[in-house]
Amino acid sequence: MKRVVITGAGTINSLGHSVPDTLEAMREGRCGISALEFRDVERLAIQIGGQVRGFEAEGRFNRQQMTLYDRFTQFTLTAAKEAIDQSGIEFHGDLAARSGVVLGTAGGGVSTWDDNYRSVYEDGKNRVHPFVVPKLMNNAAASHVSMEHNLKGPSFTVSTACASSNHAMALAFQMVRSGAAPAMLTGGSESMLCFGGVKAWEGLRVMSKDACRPFSANRNGMVQGEGAGVFVFEEYEHARARGADILCEVVGFAMSSDASDIVMPSKQGAARAMSGALADAGLSADSVGYINAHGTGTAANDKTECAAVAGVFGPHADELMISSTKSMHGHLIGGTGAVELLACIMALRDGVIAPTIGYEEPDPECALDVVPNEAREAKVDVALSNAFAFGGLNAVIALKRI
Amino acid sequence: MSISDRVIAIIAEQAVLEPSDVTPESTLEELGIDSLGLVESIFAIEEEFDISIPFNANEPSASDFDISNVAAIITGIQKLVSEKV
Repeated sequence: MKRVVITGAGTINSLGHSVPDTLEAMREGRCGISALEFRDVERLAIQIGGQVRGFEAEGRFNRQQMTLYDRFTQFTLTAAKEAIDQSGIEFHGDLAARSGVVLGTAGGGVSTWDDNYRSVYEDGKNRVHPFVVPKLMNNAAASHVSMEHNLKGPSFTVSTACASSNHAMALAFQMVRSGAAPAMLTGGSESMLCFGGVKAWEGLRVMSKDACRPFSANRNGMVQGEGAGVFVFEEYEHARARGADILCEVVGFAMSSDASDIVMPSKQGAARAMSGALADAGLSADSVGYINAHGTGTAANDKTECAAVAGVFGPHADELMISSTKSMHGHLIGGTGAVELLACIMALRDGVIAPTIGYEEPDPECALDVVPNEAREAKVDVALSNAFAFGGLNAVIALKRI
Repeated sequence: MSISDRVIAIIAEQAVLEPSDVTPESTLEELGIDSLGLVESIFAIEEEFDISIPFNANEPSASDFDISNVAAIITGIQKLVSEKV
């Protein structure tokens, strides 16, 4: 089996339009959640979100590209460019032929669906733009990354709701580890912050009207975000041979299914994913210094997740740090695991643990070190990133300092 | 049908019971309605009466809307319907 390392990272989200900006915001515990701005927002009961601001797609992409790029594709391409630029990897010849793109998204081109339904149903139009389908399809972003960067190997999109990015990165990891691909672009993106996207979520009555406060006793729900995170996963010797700057090593993953309920999380399913990732990586539980929690800020997730951590780590659960950066960037649904992986990389590489902001009251059912409100300096050798999706589909990734 | 009968009909349908099996003292738990069933019932009641019920599944007890039993739900709906302009 090959060793797999991360040699490039890119992102755009409500905290920043790049990795350095996002990590700075996480270090400072800044909140990217604010009043949503889009058409018909006044008809929503939920009017906050982690919206990307000041992103001028028109300046980055030409007119032809704009007719094909939904916002989730725009975010993906922006993040992919940053990751590839940082990595310095160039895809030619055999490397190009064998390297691919695996990305996660839950909804794909949600705002393209929304705009065009509005046009035919509300405005009564009988014609839509010829590229509506290629613009909204869930694999559009992965396909455009492959075209833009000449990646001709295995490329596809994974859709497992809130675990999409983690499932995608786990598959990319598997491909590089097995030797099937020397490098993979992976991560995910989401852009659901439009009237229909938020309206659908409102129906579940799990959204907060004021803030995302994971693990805090007074938490009252999740807050949506948007954006993308994309990484270059590369075979270790390949990266070393070209003198690449290695951000960290990907050492294991596990996926599990609760097989119980379509929305309620399961402690056992979450626990099996975490212990499975440790077993896959060949690591002991007490080597883990930091967990980037799924930490949605709902009543159900946070207590279940904390119980699962306590079960897997035993007494070490009180030693490790666990934080939810969703408190800052919101829940990016299918893109969330990718943006959250950045907090794991920061912990391993910079020794800075991103905080759980908005933490106001301890909850006895979430009695772990959640790094409340302020970032902390700490040396961490191993970090886990949790994602537990609706549908009971879980994916956990283990990263190691290098 | 009175407000009370209409609410009981909705709850009974959700619980897959006859309306006669739903009493004012029944709790949703006794009727076998779980958190998803509760959210669905609230949606159906909102649609039936064209009202908005202040209910967040994360903090059921924090909202003004009392769901402790069927009678409490009916009282809450009657109040919201009477407040409707």
